[in-house]
Amino acid sequence: MPQILPKSSPLAAGPDSQGRYGPFGGKYVPETLNHALEELDAAYAAAAQDPDFQSRLNVLLRDLVGRPSPLYFAERLTNLAGGAQIWLKREDLNHTGAHKINNTLGQALLTLRMGKTRVIAETGAGQHGVASATACARLGLPCVVYMGAEDVRRQQPNVRAMRFLGTEVRPVETGSRTLRDAVNEAMRDWMASVKDTHYILGSAVGPHPFPKIVRDFQAIIGRESIEQSKQRFGRLPDCVIACVGGGSNAAGMFYPFVQTTDVPLIGVEAGGRGPVSGDHAAPLTFGQPGILHGSLSYVLQDDDGQTCDVHSASAGLDYPGVGPEHSYWKDSGRVAYTQCTDDDALQAVLTLARNEGILCALESAHAVHEAMQQAKQRSKDDIILVCLSGRGDKDAAEVQRLLGMNT
Amino acid sequence: MRSISAALSEFASQQQTAIMPFVTAGDPDLAFTEELLRRLDGLQPGLIEIGFPYSDPIADGPVIQASYTRALASQLRVDQIFESIGRVRPDLTQPLVAMVSYAIVLRYGSERFLEKARSAGFSGLIVPDFLWESEDPLRTLCLASGLDLIPLITPTTPPDRVSRIAQQASGFIYYVSVAGVTGERTGLPQDLQRNLAHLRRESPVPVCVGFGISQPGQVRELRSHCDGVIVGSAIVKRIAALSDGDASTRPNRKLVLDEIANFVADLIRAGNS
Repeated sequence: MPQILPKSSPLAAGPDSQGRYGPFGGKYVPETLNHALEELDAAYAAAAQDPDFQSRLNVLLRDLVGRPSPLYFAERLTNLAGGAQIWLKREDLNHTGAHKINNTLGQALLTLRMGKTRVIAETGAGQHGVASATACARLGLPCVVYMGAEDVRRQQPNVRAMRFLGTEVRPVETGSRTLRDAVNEAMRDWMASVKDTHYILGSAVGPHPFPKIVRDFQAIIGRESIEQSKQRFGRLPDCVIACVGGGSNAAGMFYPFVQTTDVPLIGVEAGGRGPVSGDHAAPLTFGQPGILHGSLSYVLQDDDGQTCDVHSASAGLDYPGVGPEHSYWKDSGRVAYTQCTDDDALQAVLTLARNEGILCALESAHAVHEAMQQAKQRSKDDIILVCLSGRGDKDAAEVQRLLGMNT
Repeated sequence: MRSISAALSEFASQQQTAIMPFVTAGDPDLAFTEELLRRLDGLQPGLIEIGFPYSDPIADGPVIQASYTRALASQLRVDQIFESIGRVRPDLTQPLVAMVSYAIVLRYGSERFLEKARSAGFSGLIVPDFLWESEDPLRTLCLASGLDLIPLITPTTPPDRVSRIAQQASGFIYYVSVAGVTGERTGLPQDLQRNLAHLRRESPVPVCVGFGISQPGQVRELRSHCDGVIVGSAIVKRIAALSDGDASTRPNRKLVLDEIANFVADLIRAGNS
């Protein structure tokens, strides 16, 4: 049975002063951005020690976001799988419908603390875009969100929501017109605007200190989960599962477990249409260490270091890289990483909707599918905890189109 | 082959400002790049910078991004660039500097990349996403292979860091004129001359300035404030004409080569005081 460990494990010590998680991470950016990253690192370190900052964030998380998010027993899904109990950490019930808001409120408060007056962000599925737009509306900051033109097409409800919240959405027409290109454009904006603008990166990727900051703001997911597990079960879960694109919900869910427990952890990448290059977005499964967007991590690139095109039905996982700490957890063996295909994820959306009355995001459905596979192999006394990172309203039209369903 | 510092001090001793034209390797193909290098070298601009196309160049504006996309669309490989430069190098006299993302260098293997770059005939490297104090051994490896690793300094670099980098620089310092991406800009930043004056006092090596410079008038404004001027997007956009629109309306290659050569000759004249 999984245990609470006596003290922090060495795996949870990262990053070091260079922003390294083992060999991964670091800071590979143009000189123009270096000073802003150092400034951010210092501002974050000070904020993390400042009770006023923490209490302001906690009040927003409680009253605006609605935290803590519930732990939910998926009874009919459990019966269907026919094995271990499946429990869901309901990040989909957060205000704006996903875990992303945990990070954007923290970083928007940091923006004010640093005296910066404008925010930019990238978004894939639009969840981080909406969460950034929301945090900026609440704190009175102007916000520009870069979003791949292909994602603008497939995530229309979120585009509308961002505009409604007063954020300017700039479609990105370069490259594959998805998340990776949105990050490129946001970074280019930041190159010119860095003096008065903060870039709210939405995933646990990018140059140091972003992976650490995003993980820390998301770690409330794992901390609440540990607390709720102790209350509900009197013990820890036997397995924790989360989907991994850039890896922010997984980093937030896993980190407290890595810090203090030996609970088995599983990250689920986007298997897309299959294992051929270009058909998936699973760098931890199929990639190699390389540099993308300012850090060293597993990445899908060719022998010359050119980033490969990737595919996932889920816009939020459609990314060729992954956070450096996941690469470290993979190589150390602390977290197991697997993948789930588009088809299985689509089916999992329907299965969860029709058995639990929960319409989840396509991203989160990757974790739900894996949970059902794991449950089948385990006894009914076992507890599997899934991070249900987001709700699926944004995907309804796309799921319908992909499954060829009639309206 | 002359070293970068020898080439730049020769210009300085003649009261001239060097021009460093930038070209993207393989845009639209390597045969064109080779011919362009011969033409540019014939003008004796000072140095020539060759960009290795990269899929995700975050320091580049739309013109250079598009040229990288065009070059990579024909499956251009790093080895082909080295072969091509090795082929044309015997015809050239000006030092060549590679502009290449660390993503490419690291994946290719830093030692192997530097060895190939040296034998192809490069004198130095600009690696725009490699920070000077990085613990990665690139700087040491460059020293060992006799290649200059050119540091970048920008308007956002704090003064103490400027001094630290300048003291360790070899070849020249690449001063980025503005916080922002590459691309033509109409005016020069107001604080540019002051920043360059400060940097030249700190720096034991020549200072060249780039980003946003595209006109002979700008070169004239800058020539007494720096040792060299880097011009990229204004050249690359002329190469783009070979790929833009449909084939019937495109200029022929000779016309584009002539146009670029005339443009760079104008810049060189502007650099002569």
